[in-house]
Amino acid sequence: MSVDHFDEAGTAVQAALDAGARYADARVMVRRTETMSARDGEVEDLSSDESAGIGVRALVGSSWGFYAVPDLSDAAARAAGRRAAEIAAASALVPGPAIDLVPTGAGTASWASQCEIDPLSVPLSVKGDLLVAATAAARDAGADLAEGIYQIWDTRKWFASSDGHRIDQHIRECGAGITASAYGDGEIQRRSWPSHRGQYGTRGWELVDELSLTDNAARMADEARALLTAPLCPSGETTLILGGEQLALQIHESVGHAIELDRILGWEAAFAGTSWLDLDQLGTLRYGSDLMNITIDPTIPGALGSFGYDDEGSPAVKRDAVRNGRWVGVLAGRDSAAMAGLDYAGSVRSDGWARLPMVRMTNVGLEPGPHTLDEIIAATDDGVLMDINRSWSIDDRRLNFQFGCEIGYEVKNGKRGRMLRNPTYTGIGPKFWQSMDMLSSETVAWGTPNCGKGQPGQIGHTGHPAAPARFTGVRVGVRG
Amino acid sequence: MSAELDLAARVVELTRRLAGPGAEAEVLAAHAAEALTRFANSAIHQNVADATTTVRLRLHLDGRTAGGSTTVTDAAGLQSLVERTIAASRLSPPDQAWPGLTPPTPLRSTPTFDEATAAAGPHERAERVRDFVRAAGGLETAGFCRTTYSSGGFANTAGQAVEGRAAEAAMDGIARLDGADGVARRAASRLAELDGAALGTRAAAKARAGGRPIELPPGRYEVVLEPTAVADILDNLASFGFNGKAFAQHQSFAELGAQQFDQAVTITDEPLGATLPFDLEGTPRGTLPLVGDGTTVAVSHDRTSAAEAGATSTGHAGVASRSWGPIAANLRLAPAPTPTGNSTPETGEGPTAASARALVSGMRRGLLITDFWYTRVLDQKSLVITGLTRNGVWLVEDGEVTAAVGNMRFTQSYPQALGPGAVLGVGAEAIALPDRWSGVRYTAPALHLKSWNLTGNASG
Repeated sequence: MSVDHFDEAGTAVQAALDAGARYADARVMVRRTETMSARDGEVEDLSSDESAGIGVRALVGSSWGFYAVPDLSDAAARAAGRRAAEIAAASALVPGPAIDLVPTGAGTASWASQCEIDPLSVPLSVKGDLLVAATAAARDAGADLAEGIYQIWDTRKWFASSDGHRIDQHIRECGAGITASAYGDGEIQRRSWPSHRGQYGTRGWELVDELSLTDNAARMADEARALLTAPLCPSGETTLILGGEQLALQIHESVGHAIELDRILGWEAAFAGTSWLDLDQLGTLRYGSDLMNITIDPTIPGALGSFGYDDEGSPAVKRDAVRNGRWVGVLAGRDSAAMAGLDYAGSVRSDGWARLPMVRMTNVGLEPGPHTLDEIIAATDDGVLMDINRSWSIDDRRLNFQFGCEIGYEVKNGKRGRMLRNPTYTGIGPKFWQSMDMLSSETVAWGTPNCGKGQPGQIGHTGHPAAPARFTGVRVGVRG
Repeated sequence: MSAELDLAARVVELTRRLAGPGAEAEVLAAHAAEALTRFANSAIHQNVADATTTVRLRLHLDGRTAGGSTTVTDAAGLQSLVERTIAASRLSPPDQAWPGLTPPTPLRSTPTFDEATAAAGPHERAERVRDFVRAAGGLETAGFCRTTYSSGGFANTAGQAVEGRAAEAAMDGIARLDGADGVARRAASRLAELDGAALGTRAAAKARAGGRPIELPPGRYEVVLEPTAVADILDNLASFGFNGKAFAQHQSFAELGAQQFDQAVTITDEPLGATLPFDLEGTPRGTLPLVGDGTTVAVSHDRTSAAEAGATSTGHAGVASRSWGPIAANLRLAPAPTPTGNSTPETGEGPTAASARALVSGMRRGLLITDFWYTRVLDQKSLVITGLTRNGVWLVEDGEVTAAVGNMRFTQSYPQALGPGAVLGVGAEAIALPDRWSGVRYTAPALHLKSWNLTGNASG
């Protein structure tokens, strides 16, 4: 990188130490984002934003403090370090248990995500023409409303800590998607491509080029209109086949959040919630069927949750979360891991320089199985196939979920049958995962660019490799 | 003139100089300071603060529009913002929907502003956390105490120039006992109005009353919703129903002039005092009646959705309102007229908040629900929502709480639940409540509703 900000980060860390901190770290981040949306063949909104600043975290005794400013001067960095230590000292009015940090292997490193075509260098006219063409095609094919969006994030960050870290990273992310809506009598049906808010990754514009938005626009419009007159998804208990995109969100909500160690320790009890998982059962609890193998893997090239180092300086390492159906791993940070008696961290990230780093998903995905979707359908006498998420809701312990999908199909005697509208399914996490009896090998690393957590709120970018799978005895067709 | 208005005016001039006299430009410079002291396991575990000035520029040049923002507010940062926004506008496709700039328009009023809240430090927040934890009497506690301060200046090339400030405080916490959680939360314009001990006492009373919950079968139940749950209804009505873009695109249930709610329902948006007195387009904010005695009378608009709907902006332009629609963030459901001497003080006894007691005493058989969680739209047009109860549910028989109930899932059309004849009672006290995720706030009384569709329980 031509310009680095290690000096400012180091100054802030030293100021926090001078003010009484026993550990401190600082993140300088410079982020450029670009978002364009289009509707019915016209660009609707375009925004190009830049944000730069420094966030400092200080540990005084057993209490943390954090302060952030959008000023990279030496004086501002020094003041931010002092302020973080002052805030930490105030935390001591209501102290907690002693805090230790598991080691990370401190050092100097540099990392960049893969990128063939810099998305910010692609002319706006080219990007605009793509969204205009795709939404116009959907509109021309009969959509009452056609919408498209792309988003780009270009983040450079410099991390320094009192443990000796000096790590810089350059992460480029982008993605896009379209949605066609059809209006009926008192209801709206929609179809999205390639997923309900688009597909995203730590890649360049080549990712968007591969999505073939315009080529799929007319089909989305046709299917949205067909859904208006399709029969309702039947209500009852049946065999459920989920497409990979929907299964990715199922993993995110009912596995990814449940294995966040801060939730398990009660740190999110008042807001995001806790977890049904108990650390005493780590290594023995049956989470799902033998087909269920979930990994935490920030090393997957191009997946949205990939990085070289997390925001505490821990290197990206692939770990098991569930192996052959048994729960064996968590998403952890340096302090939460030490508190839980674990020896690994590596899953702490912050949504920009102004936000406190916290435990977040990286790429939490399901390893592929031995089948194909066609084989799964052929092996199913009576069931429902659902795909492309439309709504999601799960309780604060990550047990009781209900999902709605954009489209469903009857499956009868091994064949895909009629289209079904308003498909929904509900269940309890471990019971659901234990019913998984067939799993496809057709894995896609789906990106989720809108994972909310924390107070003040933070938006996380996560990845979820997933393939179609079959579940038995699932309640479907829940309606209001 | 505030530093923010001066900054906005400078960027307008810079834009005019670099883009030419034909450019239409609007600039908001906003300084936002947020400090949040968070606690869990009865200890402060996250304690954060940041102070950021952001400059947002929207430019319409030769029929094309682009926007941009920066937190880099030195000369080079501002020059970069203007230059890249000009470049973006020249490369953008034509904008057929450009609604023009806000003309010079005075603010409707100058809301009250509490300097002490704006200047509050970490010790003042920590003291309230300490009081909450102590008042819970040894129960495990978690939550936050937050103060925010914002100062903004807006200027555009049409001559509009306005400025304002706002401060807010909020506290939200739970107490936990044997798997039962109780909650208490409040928002206020002054930190001094937040009583950590009172909130901790209330949360603990709920948690203590939540032990040994029974499991009830799914079905339709009569309910009393405490203000914390009603706030979720207001949130979803604002986001998907009263959203001017959704309305213009026929995705909203809202029909202006139609009796869509029970006549006991009157809803307004009241942003003054809670946020800056103007929106991102410089349109002055003010009280906006949305539902009057059950009749839908308005939706929230920015200039774009207003032009599409043939209306005028209501001052609800936001960062992404052109994409996601203008959303009112300060809804208030009017309480029932208060009979003299009828209000009851909050106590540390029992599960029912004081604001809901009168309604509970009038329910023959039904559920008292404290809070909703993870609510998501199943069908936007009818606003069918699925979500879960949280922080305490109780069975009420003959006006008395008889048992705690495990959390349940519901699938319910919100407008239908508040429809004509569906509201059996409205509480006499409206409580200001912070949103747990963002800086918005809602004001709500308790509600007694004829039917709520509970579609699942702990067994699935």
